[in-house]
Amino acid sequence: MTEAFHVENNPQPVEESVSGMSEAVEAGMPEVDAAHAPTKVKADNVDVFYAEKQALFDVSLDVPENQVTALIGPSGCGKSTFLRCINRMNDTIPICRVTGDITIDDQDIYDPAIDVVQLRARVGMVFQKPNPFPKSIYENVAYGPRIHGMAQGKADIDVLVESSLQRAGLWNEVKDRLSESGTSLSGGQQQRLCIARAIAVNPDVILMDEPCSALDPIATARIEELMDELRQNYTIVIVTHSMQQAARVSQRTAFFHLGYLVESGATEMIFTNPEDKRTQDYITGRFG
Amino acid sequence: MNTLILIIVLLGLTTFAYRYGRRKALASVEGSVANLHSLPSYHGAYVALWCGLPALIVVALWLMLQTDMVERLVLSGIADGIAGMSEGQISLLLSDIRNLATGDITTRSPSPMVLAAAERYVELQRLGFALMTGAAVILTSGGLYFGLRAIQPALRARPQVERIVRGLLFIASVIAILTTIGIVLSLMFESNRFFGQVNPLEFLFGLNWSPQTALRADQVGGSGAFGAVPVFAGTLLITVIAMIVAVPIGLMAAIYMAEYASPTTRSLIKPALEILAGIPTVVYGFFAALTIGPLFRGLGESVGLPVASESALAAGLVMGVMIIPFVSSLSDDVINAVPQSLRDGSLALGATHSETIRRVILPASLHGIVGAVLLAVSRAIGETMIVVMAAGLSANLTANPLEAVTTVTVQIVTLLVGDQEFDSAKTLAAFALGLVLFLVTLALNIVALRVVRKYREEYD
Amino acid sequence: MTDFIADRAATRKPDFSNAHLRKRYRAEARFKLYGIAAIVAALGMLAFLLGSIVMTGSSAFTQTEIALDVTLDRAQIDPNGTLDPEVLAKGNYRKIVRDAIRAQFPDVSGRRDLRELYRLVSTGSDFTLRQIVETDPGLIDTTQTIWFKSSADIDQLNKGAIPRDVVESDRRVSDAQIGWFDKLSADDRTRRSFNTTFFTSGDSREPEQAGVLGAVVGTTLTLVVTLILSFPIGVMSAVYLEEFAPKNRWTDLIEVNINNLAAVPSIVFGLLGLAVFLNFFELPRSAPLVGGLVLALMTLPTVIIAGRAALQSVPPSIREAALGVGASPLQTVSHHVLPLAMPGILTGTIIGMARALGETAPLLMIGMVAFIVDIPRSFTDAATVLPVQVFLWADAPERAFVERTSAAIMVLLAFLILMNLAAVLLRRKLERRW
Repeated sequence: MTEAFHVENNPQPVEESVSGMSEAVEAGMPEVDAAHAPTKVKADNVDVFYAEKQALFDVSLDVPENQVTALIGPSGCGKSTFLRCINRMNDTIPICRVTGDITIDDQDIYDPAIDVVQLRARVGMVFQKPNPFPKSIYENVAYGPRIHGMAQGKADIDVLVESSLQRAGLWNEVKDRLSESGTSLSGGQQQRLCIARAIAVNPDVILMDEPCSALDPIATARIEELMDELRQNYTIVIVTHSMQQAARVSQRTAFFHLGYLVESGATEMIFTNPEDKRTQDYITGRFG
Repeated sequence: MNTLILIIVLLGLTTFAYRYGRRKALASVEGSVANLHSLPSYHGAYVALWCGLPALIVVALWLMLQTDMVERLVLSGIADGIAGMSEGQISLLLSDIRNLATGDITTRSPSPMVLAAAERYVELQRLGFALMTGAAVILTSGGLYFGLRAIQPALRARPQVERIVRGLLFIASVIAILTTIGIVLSLMFESNRFFGQVNPLEFLFGLNWSPQTALRADQVGGSGAFGAVPVFAGTLLITVIAMIVAVPIGLMAAIYMAEYASPTTRSLIKPALEILAGIPTVVYGFFAALTIGPLFRGLGESVGLPVASESALAAGLVMGVMIIPFVSSLSDDVINAVPQSLRDGSLALGATHSETIRRVILPASLHGIVGAVLLAVSRAIGETMIVVMAAGLSANLTANPLEAVTTVTVQIVTLLVGDQEFDSAKTLAAFALGLVLFLVTLALNIVALRVVRKYREEYD
Repeated sequence: MTDFIADRAATRKPDFSNAHLRKRYRAEARFKLYGIAAIVAALGMLAFLLGSIVMTGSSAFTQTEIALDVTLDRAQIDPNGTLDPEVLAKGNYRKIVRDAIRAQFPDVSGRRDLRELYRLVSTGSDFTLRQIVETDPGLIDTTQTIWFKSSADIDQLNKGAIPRDVVESDRRVSDAQIGWFDKLSADDRTRRSFNTTFFTSGDSREPEQAGVLGAVVGTTLTLVVTLILSFPIGVMSAVYLEEFAPKNRWTDLIEVNINNLAAVPSIVFGLLGLAVFLNFFELPRSAPLVGGLVLALMTLPTVIIAGRAALQSVPPSIREAALGVGASPLQTVSHHVLPLAMPGILTGTIIGMARALGETAPLLMIGMVAFIVDIPRSFTDAATVLPVQVFLWADAPERAFVERTSAAIMVLLAFLILMNLAAVLLRRKLERRW
């Protein structure tokens, strides 16, 4: 929603950016297919509309497998909107319309034959504000496996809960209090619980929408460490406000501005030698 | 009627006082308002309050106390004649006197003593009115004089008027408290008299309820006729049936409206359901007694089941329908209060919409829904007209919904409608039942409101 | 060990088999269906209720009438020819009406048969005739064709509410009466016309003479008392609680108390009225004054709650602005806050009044169930109100009262719809969004 408003409220800069836009994308494109990783998620010419307002303009981006891709940009630039396209969370907003192609493993996720329930099981998501269910810690993690029929008995679920909490680095902190409410944990623990909940269904891709913005620095550091570990098994796309965070955790970075993907490429490239002036201005803190 | 005229005259005088006070205040500064401490209208209000308020208060108190005083005087005048009478006879005599005095037809041809007393009654009433009018006139004119004398440019009229107005506002807000106190006291007082005649334990745990036959203590069955358990059980049975109808339907309707319906559908369904809540209960009662009751009996006959025409099922079902909108609108609010982030969290894990509702939203809103159901139970227990018209009169201790049972409210109505003797245990029993009803619904309401409030705090 | 667990779990994938997914989607569809079913059930009951009431009630708005050729014999009415109103009022109209009926069926004889024959027309027919003569004494000594109301049973027969094909002893109309009525119909001497009596008279033991006017007037008087008391007191306490009251335990108590009072069963208010207003203050029974008092106490919490909500919705900036230019707190409230909150308060009040309009139980407690023929003229006259009238008629044994009960319900619902419509319109018109 907010993205849409921004586009509408600042018509002037949009006009300006249109001219520089196509060059930027063209320039960015060759950078994407860095040879060392196969593409997991591929977006082609994605436009997103909220009712009449366009929030994303012709975004094309390749997300490589088993890497962390950071989406950065000022608030309202459309990076969250793009993230929510990847697991079709935008479907829950009735006025939202998506055009263009997004494929995961070469499969079009907006194909009518694709089941959105399956898709979301393959593409997990962690939200800005930790949102554990008001259930026990155990039940929070067991929720996904249960609905997806991933386990036959309680023993199976126990194994899944323990391994998910371990992989989320939370097991040692909560193993003695699994029956306590998920909401009784601290903010950082809650967010890791949400990550555990997401990886319990073993997704291919994990989307993270500013997962650390509500956390203190120590909790943030733990999540960042965790992301690096998770990268071994999962493809991660993270939206972040903090450029330092993007620089720390990601291998690839894409810069969004006013609904356009301005530039994307290897993280070191974007932060040391950006091609577009707007990217440079943003990462040096001229605006944002 | 005379009183009404007096009050109107007093109000007229007060209006006059306002205008006069205003004019005098303006005159005192020769029209330059800036020299007044307060605006002229406050001076006017100041005089008006002095003029009207004491007189009106006195008139109100007088009206409340006069009848009692007059009756006491009349009775003391005929003290010899009533020496040997019981309390009930005296009150009967008094009502005869009153009826004679107001010119209504009395039940019996009056004795000379009653006639004389009635004359005295009329005389005293007239005297009382004259005295009241006199007092009112003295107070108004005194207040007017005092108020006008106080007017001068430096008079701090506004603060004084405002203080009085705030006082009046405060008094208005106390009326709600007084109502509660009035309810508690009147119920307690009459119940206390009842429990003087009937053992409270017997009332609460006795199994036999037939108050109509218990006119005299020496009567057969008179001793065991006030066991209210069958009445409570009947109330419970009908309430349970109503809840079985209202909770699932109300809850599912709320879920559909909150989670599935498009805004347009919702804007059509919600008011339509609220119509159900706006229909007077007497209409439901008529519907239950005339349509649903016979319908069920007919259905029962066709399958060979004996269904009473005043079956608990018919009354409970219709009561349930009445309560549906109550449950649905409260649950709708509760479900809408569940944060969107929980829905997103569940959907993002690949849950279907119904899985999200059943496993996340409903558990998260459980507190609020429990509160709503408790409020609905309290509503069902206190509901009167449906059961009066569609449920039975005789106390029947049964759990069979096809039989007729009676409820607390039905008993209150049957005991109190029609001829009453105010001292009989039969009439007083209604107040004891009323006390139980009040306490139970109060407890339910307090618990429910607390549960709901706690729920709100969880997500604020 | 932990690595082993992690590895085993990491390879596990959600069950994407078609069977499992189909099962989940079936559950989804089923769940949604439950929701639709619940709404359909609730609205179906509403439709059934309203439908059955309109079906049974709409026939009450017409009344069967029978035309009789009445010979207004001077000897029976005004033997001395004085036209003195007192004499006219005492004429033997009953005999005239009965003679007119007999003239239609000269061959009927025998006491029982004659009594049945006379029962074709309403017992109020002599009164109808008296009024006609009194308004136009010139009709004396003429023969007039006059439409009389049929008795309620014949009316029911004509409307088909009394079946003809059952055994004679099972219905309230005899075979002979049916025969006579059919003959009258064949002679064009019957008709169904608009039932004005229903709207212009008070209650009656005879269904065809009963009307709702007494109850409508009683309701109006009662609601006037309720409004006069509950509106100012409600607004004043809302203003006090919202604008002036210090936030302490005392105010908390008042607040809890008001919320609870709003949920106290209405019959308890009736008990309060009985114990306090009737027994303690000895106010008249069955009077609109007492009914209004009881309903006012009952409506008060609704008005206060609505008033507080409306006052809360006025933004603090308005108060600050008024206080900033030197208005006293009371001036701020009375000049600025209260006028802005008024639409909300009025809407709440109308809704509270609509509730009071439909309320029956507490009024039963204070004796408003009496059978009252006269239309009340003051706040202390014995009166009844519409919902109580419905209750009384619903209890009446005559078949004809069933349709009248439904019709009275329709009148009651019409008033409720009007009030709610007023509330909605008021809200639409005056609502302000901050």
